[in-house]
Amino acid sequence: MTKYWKSLDGNSIQKKEDKKETKSPTNRRDFLKMFGFGLASTFVLSRCENAAHKAIPYLIKPEEITPSMANYYASSFFDGDKFNSILVKVLDGRPIKIEGNDLSTISQGATNSITQASILSLYDDTRYRKPKINGVDSNWLAVDDQIIHQLKKIKEEKDKIAIVSPTIISPSTQKVIANFKKQYPNTDHIVYDSISASAILDANKESFGKRVVPNYQFDKAHVIVGINADFLGTWLSPVEYTKQYVQNRKVSDDNRKMSRHIQIESGMSLTGSNADERIIINSSEEQNVVANLYNYIAKKLGKEKISAHSTQVNVQKLGDELIQNKGKSLIVCGTNNKETQLLINGINQLLNNYGKTISFTHSLLIKQGNDKQMLDFVNNLESYKGVIFYDCNPIYDYSANKKIEKALKNIDLSISLSTIPDETSELVNFVCPANNYLESWNDFNPKKGIYTIAQPCIQPIFDTRQEQESLLKWAGIDKSYYNYIKDVWQADIYSKTNRIFDFGNFWNKSLQDGILELELKQAEPKYKYTLESVKIAKPKPDLELQLYESVNVGSGKFANNPWLQELPDPVSKVTWDNYAAVSVALANEKNLKTGDVIKINNTIEIPVLVQPGQAKRTISIALGYGRTVAGKSGKDIGADVYQLIKSSDYRPYQLSNITIEKTLGFREFATTQMHDSMEGRDIVRETTLDKYDVNPESGNERHKEIEKLHQTLYKEYEYNGHHWAMAVDLNACTGCNTCVAACSIENNVPIVGKDEVLKAHEMHWMRIDRYYAGDPENPEVVRQPVMCQHCDNAPCENVCPVGATNHSSEGINQMAYNRCIGTRYCNNNCPYKVRRFNWLDYNKADALGNNLHDPHGLTENLPRMVLNPDVTTRAKGVIEKCSFCIQRIQEKKLKAKLENRTLQDGDIKTACQQACPANAIVFGDLNDKNSEVYKLFKQQRRYHLLEELHTLPSVGYLTKVRNNKKS
Amino acid sequence: MSEISTREELIKGNKGLKDITDDVFSPIVAKPNKLWFLGLLLAASAAAIGIIAIVLTVWKGIGLWGVNKTIGWGWSITNFVWWVGIGHAGTFISAILLLFRQKWRTSINRSAEAMTIFAVICAGLFPLIHMGRLLLGFFIFPYPNTRDVWVNFNSPLLWDVFAITTYFLVSLIFWYVGLIPDLGTIRDRMKTKFKKAFYRILSFGWTGSAKHWQRFEVVSFTLAGLAAPLVLSVHTIVSFDFATSVIPGWHTTIFPPYFVSGAIFSGFAMVLTLMIIARKTMNLQDYITINHIELMNKIIILTGSIVGIAYLTELFMAWYSGVEYELFAFINRATGPYWWAYWIMMTCNVVSPQLFWFKKLRRSVGFTFFMSIVINIGMWFERFVIIVTSLHRDYLPSSWEMYKPSIVEIAIFVGTLGIFFTLFLLFVRLFPVIAMAEVKTTIKNK
Repeated sequence: MTKYWKSLDGNSIQKKEDKKETKSPTNRRDFLKMFGFGLASTFVLSRCENAAHKAIPYLIKPEEITPSMANYYASSFFDGDKFNSILVKVLDGRPIKIEGNDLSTISQGATNSITQASILSLYDDTRYRKPKINGVDSNWLAVDDQIIHQLKKIKEEKDKIAIVSPTIISPSTQKVIANFKKQYPNTDHIVYDSISASAILDANKESFGKRVVPNYQFDKAHVIVGINADFLGTWLSPVEYTKQYVQNRKVSDDNRKMSRHIQIESGMSLTGSNADERIIINSSEEQNVVANLYNYIAKKLGKEKISAHSTQVNVQKLGDELIQNKGKSLIVCGTNNKETQLLINGINQLLNNYGKTISFTHSLLIKQGNDKQMLDFVNNLESYKGVIFYDCNPIYDYSANKKIEKALKNIDLSISLSTIPDETSELVNFVCPANNYLESWNDFNPKKGIYTIAQPCIQPIFDTRQEQESLLKWAGIDKSYYNYIKDVWQADIYSKTNRIFDFGNFWNKSLQDGILELELKQAEPKYKYTLESVKIAKPKPDLELQLYESVNVGSGKFANNPWLQELPDPVSKVTWDNYAAVSVALANEKNLKTGDVIKINNTIEIPVLVQPGQAKRTISIALGYGRTVAGKSGKDIGADVYQLIKSSDYRPYQLSNITIEKTLGFREFATTQMHDSMEGRDIVRETTLDKYDVNPESGNERHKEIEKLHQTLYKEYEYNGHHWAMAVDLNACTGCNTCVAACSIENNVPIVGKDEVLKAHEMHWMRIDRYYAGDPENPEVVRQPVMCQHCDNAPCENVCPVGATNHSSEGINQMAYNRCIGTRYCNNNCPYKVRRFNWLDYNKADALGNNLHDPHGLTENLPRMVLNPDVTTRAKGVIEKCSFCIQRIQEKKLKAKLENRTLQDGDIKTACQQACPANAIVFGDLNDKNSEVYKLFKQQRRYHLLEELHTLPSVGYLTKVRNNKKS
Repeated sequence: MSEISTREELIKGNKGLKDITDDVFSPIVAKPNKLWFLGLLLAASAAAIGIIAIVLTVWKGIGLWGVNKTIGWGWSITNFVWWVGIGHAGTFISAILLLFRQKWRTSINRSAEAMTIFAVICAGLFPLIHMGRLLLGFFIFPYPNTRDVWVNFNSPLLWDVFAITTYFLVSLIFWYVGLIPDLGTIRDRMKTKFKKAFYRILSFGWTGSAKHWQRFEVVSFTLAGLAAPLVLSVHTIVSFDFATSVIPGWHTTIFPPYFVSGAIFSGFAMVLTLMIIARKTMNLQDYITINHIELMNKIIILTGSIVGIAYLTELFMAWYSGVEYELFAFINRATGPYWWAYWIMMTCNVVSPQLFWFKKLRRSVGFTFFMSIVINIGMWFERFVIIVTSLHRDYLPSSWEMYKPSIVEIAIFVGTLGIFFTLFLLFVRLFPVIAMAEVKTTIKNK
């Protein structure tokens, strides 16, 4: 059991912060003093060729810090959109990696790619370094003086102040705002979410009297119907849902049951591409299809019908399946249309799902925004004399941005609490930069009854101050936020527990765990039928637009994170761009091909991508791109489509009656995969559940035949110690990219930028291959994570003239970077093409300083701090590839040795395995007959990629099983 | 000398021994004409462009090229194999034809050997500069070191290192030994002090005594004996780079004979290109006769037909093997995105040499010159097809990519052409392009 450490004493941090206000320039020096040794040793390790300039040893070594040994601190990630309980790996004073917190019942130790990559935002060079007044650098004293003066003036004149924020799930922050309101009673708190869930919230308010998102339990559902809800990729709490979803998707020789998932959607989403059955509808048909489904189920169950239009979608089959699984089904819908959401509630009620697969006990609290409130606020913005933008960027992600921009010119007191320059903070009078979340104290209440803590893992790098401290200061409360949280916990949360410990111990334990879960017992609220007034809109025959949250950059807040920008889209494999996904039929009709630039509604120019499985008349475009102020990496990447969303009571992400016009422009996409078909090859082996039920070997019959042919003239390797291997469950993998992000971060995999990806020079050590099969209008999708297969009979090892790649006694195909001269013969001879060549000096690791290729400034001093010192940065001209996280293997082996014990299965987790929310990757020792990987290798679903080549890979794949009758 | 009397005479113009010496000596002492200077200017400029591109590549990285994650070798290795192939004709002519006592080779062997050496120099450049870390390239030699690291003798690239260096050294020595008697002759005829000294040093004190001739003969034959197997082994080993790999389209046992015949095929084409220019501009029509050209054309038909059969065998085996990847690789070559390269290769290498079955065409200087260029284009495309089309679509379709050369890669190729012609142009001014001593043995003493 890993022991999670508490952080440094909050009081001392607070004192330092207070001091800093008077002599802010010493901030960086302080930091260097404290972590000088860490920095120096990092540079020694990460830049072998450069000498250490300074090495300052600890005079008095802090008890919990051993140089070069990592500590893990429990914390929380919440960006206003997604929540994750995390552990922060801190090495020599630098947070360098984020892992999931196993104790969390929400994410259960998993993360998503945004959480993984968020660590780089800490070291973002473009962050605000100090407060600003009207664009000029200032200091906190002056800023506070002026702001408090103006706030008081507004108060005296009885004018209104607004705090605009995304959903705030921090109980202490809510109290801080309440305190602020107490001081300035004319304050309105406006809450809006960039990706709104207003309709779900209001529908639940009407149906159940509670304005919350209920707790969906995908693990309890045997039949899951998703309607334009990308719950494995972006919808509400995708990590949690993925964890739940895969529980019923993991089949084995002993358990041959799995859930059935039907997705009804317009664009090809990550979730839809994983569904057993995918039904394509245009977005304006959505409501009518839901109504028809409601009517069919109601009729069957003898309940009242509502009026609806006819539909071509076969709702009977769907309805029958749902009725058969009454109380074991779940239907979710992503639309921001209240009436549709009311119908969804109605269906779930008819199916008796409340209290079984949906519950209000641990309701999800991460979305509480109110579009109507925001709309009213924007319409009456002139009546406010002061506006505080708290962690939000409406100029970018709210469509009435021109209106806000105009109104801001007449508002004397506009404050942004952003950490990084963004579209909104550029327009305000006062920028009061907040800390990065890894430098802040906070608490969260992501679900009812679940509380988490965020603790700082590093001193603030710049002269910044966290939002709550600023508000407290302006509210005249002289208390550190750390103490404030503690008091809130003592008063509000400690009292709800059984109080076995005294508060001190309780607090310490909560801090160490990072999470506190209370047992809640409450009755489910009663359903109230409210469908009388629901009017079903008739589907329209025009072109439609569907805007969706990007899996990679989310709502756009992290657009300046090159790690995220360079992740390939899980469906299209496009990096560094968004695009208008059009159907094959529409492309033929309008004579469009991938790359052609079109103009939508005469406002937005965006290139087209012909997307198999796209609804015929619906065009899908990802949100989160087209930022105009977003550091080096996020600026002008793709097109901004937030501006197309009409600001209304329920901001619609589906637009009808749009026009498109082909322009002369053409843009080439930086895709990581050019070819979509498996060409009939035996790459991803799949079967259907009914066949698997009869014969677990189905779909994998070739495996035995090929095994029979196994023979060799040479002496086979003998693995007397460990024999490392990895099993990848293709039925569990959803293709969410988290593993790719985690791998890149763990292993210092360089970012090469769009131009290099266009040249197919991307460096990712692992990739997720995606193939389409069948009808291009509605294809089946398969995915396969591919990393170095660590072949026991490796083609790359034979051909290296200098023996730079060779085989370890534990079955690992290893790279000696220092020995590599870069002939690339190994790469040519690798049938899996997993080897990556350093075409240029991406890492500033080369002896010659002239050939650096670093378009996003990641080799500058600050971003470099994120590098993992346990992994060499590779110089220009050498090959690199997956090492099975050899540094992690080594670390745990040494640890076991120190503790005088043998390694246990599960001690070592590779970065991809640890991050995976689907538990699709298992790493372990094949020589250990009790290991999980050994058991998985014994499954009849196991096969190896291209096993007919007799490369004898150490990575095994488990066949994909579809819960689908048709073969 | 009955052999000569029954055949067409090898040397035209009823030359005496002195005539031969005069003819071969004159270009070395005469002032070079404008055409030569123009040629040198062009070649040297091209070489300079290539050298700039090479320096850029070493300085900045292979990222300047069009190669990528899927196609690790592009033009560089295509050019390497092409140049090595071209070199083969020289060794074939001087070693194998010497052992078979083919007298007609004497007119062309000197320049063919020079061509070999220059081509191998150009070829050798590519494996060097295509390395990601050229400065550490010495790791490839098995030298004793304190770290106890050793090279990987399983790797065909290492075999290449030995094969190419051996080949280069043997060819160089063989060529130089052959030059010694002629250098002696030139030394004796040189008037100016400096030039006399230059050739005195080069000729190693050759006096033409019987003892010298005897030793010369022994060394020549020994080196020919050494060089002859190299003709077969070098390209065999180069083909192993591909044949021992697992990539469909590379992994074939037919490669060694196919590569060797292809090499001789392209080598003879290059010899023809050079000889036809040289005989015209240097007035050597009497030494390099239509007869010579026809004989070389016959070799081109032979080797070209072997190459054609090899292509067809490959296709047959791809189908007959029943391996889906193999079959795909060949269908993809003929019909995939690089179909044009495949069909250029087929047209130039298989169809066009068959025209030499017509005696009239075989003996036409203009047509032969045209064909020599066509064959060299075809053979370049053969290597491009083998390397790029096999790699660009191998096992996993997810990794399939396209390749196009960058301007830097093109500049390097142009540069090696420049280096080759620069060296050749210098060679024709400094050394006897015809092996005087050997040619003299083929004529009746007058």
